[in-house]
Amino acid sequence: MVPNMFQSILKYKKYRYLKLSLLSVLASYILYLSQGSSQPANGGTLQGYILGIFATFLVLLLASLGIRKRKYSSNLGKLQGWTSAHIYLGTSLLLIASFHAAFQVGWNIHTLAYVLLLAVIFSGFYGLYTYLHYPRVLSINNTGGTQNTWLEEMGEVDDKIKAQASSCQIEMRLFVLSALKNTILSGNFYPQLRGKDLSKIREQSNKKLIPNKNQQRIIDAIATAIPQSMNQAESGALNQLLTLFSRRQRLLKIIRRNLQVRAYLKVWLMFHIPLTVALMAALIVHILVVFIYW
Amino acid sequence: MQDGRYKVVIIGSGPAGLSAAGRAAFYDNKSPDSQKTHLLLESFSSPAKTIYQYQKGKHVMDEPGFLALRSPMSFVAGKRENVLDNWQQGINKNQINIQFNSEVVKISGEYPQFVIQLKNGSSIQSENIVLSIGLQGNPRKLGLENDAESNFVRYTLEDPDEFEDKTVVVIGAGDAAIENALGLARNNKVHIVNRRNEFNRAKEGNLNAVLTAINNKSNQFYCQYNTNVKAVNLPDENNENGSIVLDTPEGDLEIACDCIIARLGAIAPRRFVESCGVKFPNDKPTSIPDLDNNYQSNVKGLYIIGALGGYPLIKQAMNQGYEVIEFINGNEVKPADHPLLEQQFKLLPYAMDAQKVLDLYQQRVPMFKRMNALAFRELIIESNIVIALDAEAYQETSITQKTALTSGFDKLTNLIRSGDYIFKQGNYSNSFYTIVEGSVELIKDGNKKFTLKAGQFFGEMSLLSGRPRQASAIASDDCILIETPRKIMAKLMNSNDEVADGINRVFIMRALQTAFNPKLPPKEMNALAGTIELVEFKAKQVIYNQKEIGNELYLIRSGTVSLSKGTEGNKLVTYQLQSGDLVGQMALMGNSTRQHTAEAAVRVEALKINKQQFLKLVQSNPSQIKVLQAQLSQKMKKSNSIGSVVEASKTIKFLLDEGLGEATNALIINENLCVNCDNCETACAETHGGISRLDRETGASFDGLHVPISCRHCEQPHCMKDCPADAIHRAESGEVFIDDSCIGCGNCETNCVYDVIKMSYTLPKKPGLFSWMFLGLGNGPGEDLDAKINPKDKELGKKAVKCDACMDQKGGPACVRACPTGAAIRISPNDFVNLVDGT
Repeated sequence: MVPNMFQSILKYKKYRYLKLSLLSVLASYILYLSQGSSQPANGGTLQGYILGIFATFLVLLLASLGIRKRKYSSNLGKLQGWTSAHIYLGTSLLLIASFHAAFQVGWNIHTLAYVLLLAVIFSGFYGLYTYLHYPRVLSINNTGGTQNTWLEEMGEVDDKIKAQASSCQIEMRLFVLSALKNTILSGNFYPQLRGKDLSKIREQSNKKLIPNKNQQRIIDAIATAIPQSMNQAESGALNQLLTLFSRRQRLLKIIRRNLQVRAYLKVWLMFHIPLTVALMAALIVHILVVFIYW
Repeated sequence: MQDGRYKVVIIGSGPAGLSAAGRAAFYDNKSPDSQKTHLLLESFSSPAKTIYQYQKGKHVMDEPGFLALRSPMSFVAGKRENVLDNWQQGINKNQINIQFNSEVVKISGEYPQFVIQLKNGSSIQSENIVLSIGLQGNPRKLGLENDAESNFVRYTLEDPDEFEDKTVVVIGAGDAAIENALGLARNNKVHIVNRRNEFNRAKEGNLNAVLTAINNKSNQFYCQYNTNVKAVNLPDENNENGSIVLDTPEGDLEIACDCIIARLGAIAPRRFVESCGVKFPNDKPTSIPDLDNNYQSNVKGLYIIGALGGYPLIKQAMNQGYEVIEFINGNEVKPADHPLLEQQFKLLPYAMDAQKVLDLYQQRVPMFKRMNALAFRELIIESNIVIALDAEAYQETSITQKTALTSGFDKLTNLIRSGDYIFKQGNYSNSFYTIVEGSVELIKDGNKKFTLKAGQFFGEMSLLSGRPRQASAIASDDCILIETPRKIMAKLMNSNDEVADGINRVFIMRALQTAFNPKLPPKEMNALAGTIELVEFKAKQVIYNQKEIGNELYLIRSGTVSLSKGTEGNKLVTYQLQSGDLVGQMALMGNSTRQHTAEAAVRVEALKINKQQFLKLVQSNPSQIKVLQAQLSQKMKKSNSIGSVVEASKTIKFLLDEGLGEATNALIINENLCVNCDNCETACAETHGGISRLDRETGASFDGLHVPISCRHCEQPHCMKDCPADAIHRAESGEVFIDDSCIGCGNCETNCVYDVIKMSYTLPKKPGLFSWMFLGLGNGPGEDLDAKINPKDKELGKKAVKCDACMDQKGGPACVRACPTGAAIRISPNDFVNLVDGT
């Protein structure tokens, strides 16, 4: 449910920036079509230059979002408006830049700038997708809780597991504690992104760490041990442990998924921003080259 | 002594009596004959019984700080022992004629021939009598079964160290209760029971100490607020299994304890005083005898000073002792706080002594007329005097004002231009105004509503409900107002029932006027208002249940009420109502079966209006019925529309459960739009000295709506109570903020039930954005958790920080402005319905 007091970035101010972008594309297209009487469509015609200047202006405007975002006292519009404009004007740049280049490509610095522009825009599209899609995924995954509440609960569950484990036989106890010790929440950014569970467990018989993905190994071991237990106290503890590890399994899933989705929400910026910097550099060279070889 | 008759006999050797006797002794010592014309009678075996009975080592305070001491006896704040030693020395040095173990049983005769009878049968004659017997006589009882003084139930505590490893319940919120509780807390587990929700009767030092003790989680020191004592269960023969049952906002609570110490104040030894012919203004137990400015009662020659006269502070009592002897000796003397009053009245157009102005003002205002002259004096000293002048006079007077301000005056009369707004509708200011001269116009929605004249007051709605001003107030020419801060008014209402009743009565009349617009003559209206009951509901308390037969409606005075349908477990909240709204009017306007269950979302105060009262109100102005009907249909439409969407009603329930019913401006995040970038937190830190006042992630969520940990700017801010430095204010536009006078005590952090205040050092200034972006200086925008605190800031200590809703930021709240996806918005309870409507 998106209550009507909220506006999504796409619908911001009744699609104000979509309308603006469509207008810009339309104007650029007319300008593009108006070429060709004396010279074929090209970046070097008068229209080509105008389109080039306009595209450069747009690139600068779009890049300045990075500054505006960090100017926290700025009264120059709401950041949401800037983001909405960034999306629509960025998309329109795809066409405007193409009109400027008149769809000519080659193995040169000009096409490099064009390709970088496309890369920036498409990484932005992926970013937009993540922004539109993943917040809901996160919200559903969290079911009203937060990463901190899950981590806190994990701590409590682990304490209870340790307490229950003390009533088990030594072998099971060590196995349980090893499962706790060798649980890997996330690791670095890449494993976070992959959401892969690298948790391990040490089997006392061969002293080697073996995978304990999804806590499955330990859950299986406890479930197997329950019917075999002769001791009533231990059997009770094992039952408790099974319940606790099931909860732990669920918590780990939620936490890992949170980390993964948050990584998705960030990872595209790792392309989008460096590509933008590269684009700016290429753009400067492109402009210089054009003027030098006038 | 002449003809066996003293000039003055002072009864009671407390601070007031000692000081009076000291001054009288001064005159005796000065006179050539060695005759003593004064006598100080004390029923106990040593002077200052009350202080003598204080616990050992108790710190005696010398509030109020602004007041100078004028007495032959010395007194400075310090240990009980030092204070008593000083006084003993004073008695010797001044050669005070003191007679111990002399309890007075009867006073007869009249000026100048009073006869004082002592318990031992002897009698003494005197021209004048000064009664300074204090209030300690009769401690107030619990008023329950089993409340007789015993080892288990006590009304005094001499030595807290006689208790060790016990559980003790201390009842009361005054200084005595706090001091006992703190003394006991050294070696025992202590519960302190406060009938109210703050310790606003306590002296500043005690207030700080008790709150520090409550804040300190490692102490076994607990406070029960808003709690009354329901029952006392005496222990068995072995002194075991005693307990106390408390009526708390969360329900009954039984605490097993070893001892109950009730410090509920004392009742004036009224019967004795009355037997001397002294009259009291009413029958209320808190009533104080009528005194003139020279502390003389209605019995000529009989003076009453100190706590018995309504002033319980030591310094004031001692000053009164001095002043009363001066008066008896025929010397005009101005009270010690006289210069303060002079400053406040300085710019008023009177050539009158400040005392005369004070008397005049008290007579002008019916509500204050019967107040003790001394209490009124204190009220004025704590208030501002405001005068509205025409342009020319304003110009002239403001020059005088400027000169005076530069020459050391610090509390001058306030000036405004006539025709100026005193406050505007929608403002959140909450001073209380009393008109002493001229008139004030109240204007609601552009229409003139009332003209108030001298003697009337206004601002009671905001004072009582915590909501914005319901109307604008404009001052007329030469209008003079007493502007009393909310804190002082709340204190006065707590300690003076007459003022509380007066304000409540007018509140009821005006609230009825606003809600029903009746056309009743003022007399009838007043009589009707007198019959209306003011009721209070705790948070989560049911006001009425669905399907009940209802005979009354409620007009909300403060708090939020939720309406719901269905039974527990399957309850659908369909509406919420705030102060000024009517609840349950449908039962009186058609179907008498309640259609909803009404529940208090937070603590609610409401006026209960029954059928007869309602009919009287609406029948006096039948055209209003249409208006009420239209309001009701509007409410029914909305409520049914929400009720038809299960999700919407669950969301409202969630928001109310999160306490947003008392919010005025809360941050809400739509989880389906939030990309977890934390730019809101960064923006908050960047616009507020590097410290974020919001925690985005923590906090509850429901169905995609998230309530982060961030200030909601409550209607009646919990943080504002018990701020000793008076550093927390509410801006006219509603923001609750902390100013630079914060002393870092942490009371607000403790009192905030939403955990949105934190204590923090001032952080060093960070390198600018471009230095970070291009030179890599600093850690970039946002809160720097590893910031190195300047030694100077460390010394100043941590101060309380909280959201101020960016009141100084032009564009409004930075958190909302900085959200790239529009997930963050700020809402008030009025928006809840919009928030869920039309989804």
